[in-house]
Order: sequence, then structure tokens, then C-alpha cells
Amino acid sequence: MLSFRARLALVASAALLGLMYVLPVWRVTLAAPQYPEGLGMQIWLNTITGIKPNDLDNINNLNHYIGMKRIVPESIPELRWMPVIVGVLAGLAAAAALTRNRKLATLFVVALVGLAVIGLVDFYRWEYDYGHNLDLENAIIKIPGMSYQPPLIGSKQLLNFTASSWPAAGGFAAFGALVLGILALWIDRAPGARTGHRVRVPLSAAAA
Amino acid sequence: MSSPRRSRFVAAGTGVLALIGYLFACGPAKTSSSMVGATDAPSRVYVAPGTQDEFYAFMSGGFSGQIGVYGLPSGRLLKVIPVFSQNAENGYGYNAETRPLLNTSFGEIPWDDTHHPSLSQTDGMHDGRWIFINANNTPRFARIDLTRFETTETIEVPNTGGNHGAPFVTENTEYVIGATRFSVPIPQKDVAITSFAENFKGTISFVRADQPGKMDIAFQLLMPGFDYDLGRPGKGPSHGWAFFTSYNTEQAYTKLEVNASKNDYDYIAAVNWKALEACKASGKSKAWPANYAHNHYDDNKHLATTEMKKSVPVILPTDCPGSVYFLPTPKSPHGVDVDPTGEYIVGGGKLATVIPVHSFSKMMKAIEAKAFEKDVDGIPVIKYDQVMAGEVQNPGLGPLHNEFDDKGCAYTSVFITSEIVKWCFKDFKVVDRVPTYYSIGHLLVPGGDTKKPYGKYVIAMNKITKDRFLATGPELTQSAQLYDISGEKMKLLLDFPTIGEPHYAQAIDAKLIKDKQVKFFKLAENTHPYVAKSESETGISRSGKNVHIKMTAIRSHFAPDMVEGVQVGDTVLFHVTNLEQDWDVPHGFAAMGSWSDAELLIMPGQTRTLKWVPKYPGVYPFYCTDFCSALHQEMQGYVRVAPSGRAVALQTSTKARPAIPAGEQ
Repeated sequence: MLSFRARLALVASAALLGLMYVLPVWRVTLAAPQYPEGLGMQIWLNTITGIKPNDLDNINNLNHYIGMKRIVPESIPELRWMPVIVGVLAGLAAAAALTRNRKLATLFVVALVGLAVIGLVDFYRWEYDYGHNLDLENAIIKIPGMSYQPPLIGSKQLLNFTASSWPAAGGFAAFGALVLGILALWIDRAPGARTGHRVRVPLSAAAA
Repeated sequence: MSSPRRSRFVAAGTGVLALIGYLFACGPAKTSSSMVGATDAPSRVYVAPGTQDEFYAFMSGGFSGQIGVYGLPSGRLLKVIPVFSQNAENGYGYNAETRPLLNTSFGEIPWDDTHHPSLSQTDGMHDGRWIFINANNTPRFARIDLTRFETTETIEVPNTGGNHGAPFVTENTEYVIGATRFSVPIPQKDVAITSFAENFKGTISFVRADQPGKMDIAFQLLMPGFDYDLGRPGKGPSHGWAFFTSYNTEQAYTKLEVNASKNDYDYIAAVNWKALEACKASGKSKAWPANYAHNHYDDNKHLATTEMKKSVPVILPTDCPGSVYFLPTPKSPHGVDVDPTGEYIVGGGKLATVIPVHSFSKMMKAIEAKAFEKDVDGIPVIKYDQVMAGEVQNPGLGPLHNEFDDKGCAYTSVFITSEIVKWCFKDFKVVDRVPTYYSIGHLLVPGGDTKKPYGKYVIAMNKITKDRFLATGPELTQSAQLYDISGEKMKLLLDFPTIGEPHYAQAIDAKLIKDKQVKFFKLAENTHPYVAKSESETGISRSGKNVHIKMTAIRSHFAPDMVEGVQVGDTVLFHVTNLEQDWDVPHGFAAMGSWSDAELLIMPGQTRTLKWVPKYPGVYPFYCTDFCSALHQEMQGYVRVAPSGRAVALQTSTKARPAIPAGEQ
């Protein structure tokens, strides 16, 4: 049985996952002297957009010089699955809170960690694909041995651009959801693991 | 021309009457007293790399027909805005999209003479929406949209000869005002020039200006046949009035230099435009036949169109009593300026030895008391002493124009003695004077025509530069000189060259303009009849002898870039759309042997048309003229021209570019 505090943490975790529907998850920026106003794109659960309205088109236009594929959100299936996956995860957290089922809570945290890892690996794969599978037949700028894979996280110099890849608000929300999920399990860790702390019990009873 | 004696006079500030001996001197000798220390001036005008100026200055291009935009205090030229002259640099006035802006009742006119930029106002303050400017030669007004620094509207002014007293805006941009410098037969007819007094008339025009695309001659006031020189609307208490100088009240029609300089007094016409509005509303105006062009550029179509208007409302002063009075003003006044409070109306007698200052409140009392000395063609002339607030003594010779600061003082440009004279309203006494190099015309204080000027700088616009810059043959640059006016004494900080001949100029706080600049036009909103919004919409079609090519430009190629099927005798119309949707990525377009058009400079999201009429069979290149990208030199194409009558199938193609599939732009 989950305590009130643990359930609260799970509800908050579900709410944070909910925020991922309205906040960008990841942000890739390209910095170069000719772009004092900045250039970049944001990855949302279901799409990819420019930070400024035309940034994505402009990035695609720049990428044609190196023979990179156009980034077309409609052609990336993960953008269709992600809203469902996050919905299921948020549902798991909410269900665990509702049923006070610790196993469900554990499943939620394990699934969240697992899917986050899979997500990052998948993101890396896409980056690798964009950065390496170049149309060398039609590429305008060809530098032997050069690939253009942006960093998974952090910054990297790609020709004249410094490409930076960092979680955005939605990504931090996901991280927060994970922390809250782990916190929920930690709050209600097995009583044998600790001693002398009983305050939670009356609270849990009060909630019931 | 200058002499040490002259400079001693100036330095000592002694009697200005002595200056008459130098009536036609080109300028005073250099004095060191007005120069700031070498350590101070550079820091005051230095705008470090990567930082920006504090003001935009809009300077008329004079005989260039354009407007020069400069940053202040650096004096750096930022842009030349094409207005009344064709501009081969970007195709303005050559391409089908912008040519209609130069339409008049005389047809398309490739050149004019711009004099007086006037920034739009709200409640007597610059609001940064538009700037207006006049065409002096073939009378017109233009509106320039300050979100894009492009001319978007022009209107011809009928019944006018030399639209010089224009286009100063009223306090809320209700109207831009205009006045005929040269009186002419109205309506035009073939008469003897010697019948001037009988047949020639002047007009003062009020042009509706508060709505873009809807400029309209609201009404014209028919005036006696004098020369009307400059004008200024009132502000604050004098809002609803406008003041115009006149000269040649002698009504000379030849050798005006002498014959129009005889009278000791000419007039400032005080026009009550609110009374004129009321008279028009009560049916006292007459619709006179006329023929004039109103041209408007459609932002979404990226195309200007012309509407010819056939009638203009004219009001006779005798039909609208109380709408106009004459204020006697010494010696062929040139400028007339209204101070920030709206109380003082300052004349500038070109040949006068004083600066006459009229009082608006005294004028209203004099009108009330009917303190008139006579009337001229039914227009009452108010007694000079009943309207005059004061005369500034010893202002130098040839005071022309006035601008004002925020401390109750005026800065008068004085042409013959080549100086700026500072005086204050509290006692009408000269407090400072500095030489200009040489022969100042207009001058400018940022915000100087508003209710709250920025009392920081005054800029002299000089007609003659002689030795001030590196020599460039017989024709030398004209110049602007920037003076600090933040203290008691004016201090010269900077000389900078200008395009054409700057007459008047105005400056506005950069904050009111810089952040609302259009960076590119939205392709989705482009409704040009020949737009191609993606490479899949490009194509070629024939309509008789005209071959239309819908073409796109994006870094770094045109689509199509191979065109066949054109014959000698055809007219090829390249309609080029710039597909870019980013800031600062124009593309250019030029085709070899383009004898009827200039190049195109196409802003992102915009469509422009080049008319190309091939003369000989062959294959001719076209290319991008604006260095757009690393592969700019590859941005080219060919058009094949067959001999007349030899049909080659119309076809176009662009090499497949898998990186950017057509249709995905």
C-alpha cells in the first residue's frame, strides 16, 4: 500500500508527464556568426518545429549543402508513438496512485527509465543517420571523413556551426517525473530498510 | 572668399551689420572657438563596432529624388530609399511591380526632386509609422512605410507648379500639406506669360494622410498668384492651422531675382484648415475637373496599381471667410516654423536682417479685433505690429529655417553668413553662433518639429563643401555637420557626406522604429499574380508574343534554370519569387542584354518581374546578382533564343536536386 506522500509524488509525476504535451522536450541550436538572432529546432512529443517560425526550413536549406536529408516531422514514426507512450506512462503513475499499488508504481518507474534510455538511444540513432547517411552524389560541400552528427547532449563544432543539444522544458519535466517516481518508491521503501521513522504512517492513515 | 577679418568679427561677436560687406561671401573662415577639444568630439560620435546609433536621420536626396537614411551621431549611411527616381540598383521604377508608383498624368516619370521628409505624428510627437516626402518638379507626395523602408504610396497634386511647401504633417497626421511654389494658370491653359497677374493663381493643398493606401486631395485653397515657399502646421493651441510663406507678392514673371525682391514685406498665409473642413462639409467647395494619379503598392500582391482621379475639391477664400489671413513678414520669407509650444510662428526672410517671430495668440486677438491693414483678393492682411511677438536682431544675413530644442531656444540656419544662430524665446536675443562649412540650407534637431524635441544635436545641411573632404572632380559631395547642443554653446562634432542634395531632414529615436522592422515577407501571404510558392509551381507559358516564366530563387539555384522555346520578337517576363524565409537573404536577377529593364533585387517572400526582350538568336545566361551564399557563383541559368518564327518547344528544367525535392520548400 502506498502512503499519501508517495501517492502525491506519483500524481505530481503524472502531471509533469502531462506537461510534456505542451512543452518542447529537446532543443538543438546552431550558432554561427552570421546568425546573431539564433537558429534552432525544438523536438516536441509529436513534432519538430523551428525555434523561430521558419528555422526548420532554414536548417533544412542549410543542410542541403552537405547532402543531409530534410528533417520532415511527418516521416518520423516516433513522433506518432511518443504521445501514446507518455500517455501510458502517466496513466501508470496515476493508476498506481489511485490503487496505492506499489508494484504498479515500480512498473511505472522501471518503464520510465527503460523508455527514457530507449528514447535517447533512438534519438542518437536518428542523429547518426542524419549525420552520416549523406547524399554524397548531390552534396555541395564534401569533406573527406567528415560527418555531421549533432551531439546527443552537449555542444559540438560542425563546420561553421556550433551545434548544441540540450533537454528543453518538457525534457526537464520528464526528468522531474522520474525523480518523483523514484521518490515515491523511496518514501515507501520496505520498513526493514530503515528504523525509527514512523511519522508517515499516521499521515497515510489520515489520508485513508 | 573668407578672410581673417571676417573670423575676428564672428569670434568677437561684433555688429552683424558689418557682415553686409560679405553679402555674397561663401562662408566664414574657420574658427577654433566652436570646435571641441580633440579628445571629446571623437568619443561623442564614435559608435563602436557592433553597437548601434541612437537616431535614424532621414535626409532628402534633393535632386537624387530619394531619401538617405543615416545613423546619428555616427553619420553612417544606412540606406537609400528609392522614392521619385528610378533606382537601377534594385529595379525600383523599372520593374512592373514598382513602375506604377512613378505614374502621373504625364505618364511615367523617371526622376524628381525631393526636398522635405516629414515623419508621421500622433499628438504632435513622432510615432514612427511613416515618412512622407514631396516631389518638387512634377508635384507629388509619397508615403514610405517605416516597417520596411519602402515607398508604398504616391499621389500627384493637380493645380500646382512646384510642390515645394510640402509635405509637413499635421499634429495627428490628418493631412500632409502642400503649396505651389510657382503659380500657374489654374486650370492650365495656353495664355501669355505676361498675363501673370490676371491668369496665374496659387494653391494650398491638404492631402488626407492618416490611412495607408487612401491618400486623397481633401481640398485645395485657391490663392493669389504669388510663390508659396514653405509651410508648417500648427501644434498644441495652433493645431487646426497651417502657415505658409509667400514671396514674389510683386507677381513678377521674369528676372525674379530682382523683380521679386522689391517689396519690404511679403506674407505668411495663416490657413485655418478646420474652417476649410467645415466649409467643405457645408458644400462650399467646388469640384474642379482635374487629372492626377494616385498610386498604391499592395503589400500582399507585391504590386503597385494606378488610379487616375478626375476631379478635385477647390475652395475660394471668399467662399469661406475666416479660413485664411496674411501676416506681413519681411523680405521674401523662405522658411516658416512653429515652435514646440505652438505659440510662435518664426519666419525666415532670405534677405532680411531680423528674424520675425509671430505670436499665435496675438494673431487670434487681432483677428477678433479685425486689426487688418487691407485685404488682398479678399484675404485680410493683419497689421504687422498686431501679430508680431518679437524680432531677433543681428541674426546674420539670410536666415532660412528654424529648429527648436527642449529648453525654449531656436536654431536658425543663416545661408549668406554660413552659420547657425541660437536664440531663445524668452528675450529674442542671440546667445550663440557657430560657422558652418559652407552655406547651410536646412538644419535638423532630432524631434525638432515635435512638441518635445531632443535637445542633443543640431545638424547643418550644407550646400557647399569645397575643401572639407577629399576632392572628387568638379562635383563635390554635399554635407551634414553635427553639433552638440546639450550645453550653452554649440560644439561641432562631426562632418559627414550625404547623397544628392539634402534639403530638409528629420531624425527620430531609433527605439521607435528598429524593433518593428519586417525581416522578410511571408511567402504564404504572397498573392502576386505570377507567384510560384514552391518549385513545383514554376513553369513557362506563352500568350501571343509574351512568354511568362514563373521562376523561384533559393540558395543557390533558380528553378527553372534552363529555358527554351523563346524566339526573337518575344517579350520574356521572368517572374522571380524569392523562396527564402529568413532575414537578410535577398536574391538578385539579371539577364544578359537586358536593355529595357534594370536588375531585380528580390526580398525573401517577394515576387519581382524582369522584362527581357531578346534581340538576337543564341543562348544567354542569367544569374543571381546579390552574393547570397557560398554557391552564389553557381546560381545561374540559360535562356535559349531561336530566330524569329522558328518554333522550339517551350520547355524548362532544373537539374534534379534530391536534397530539396520540388514542392517541399
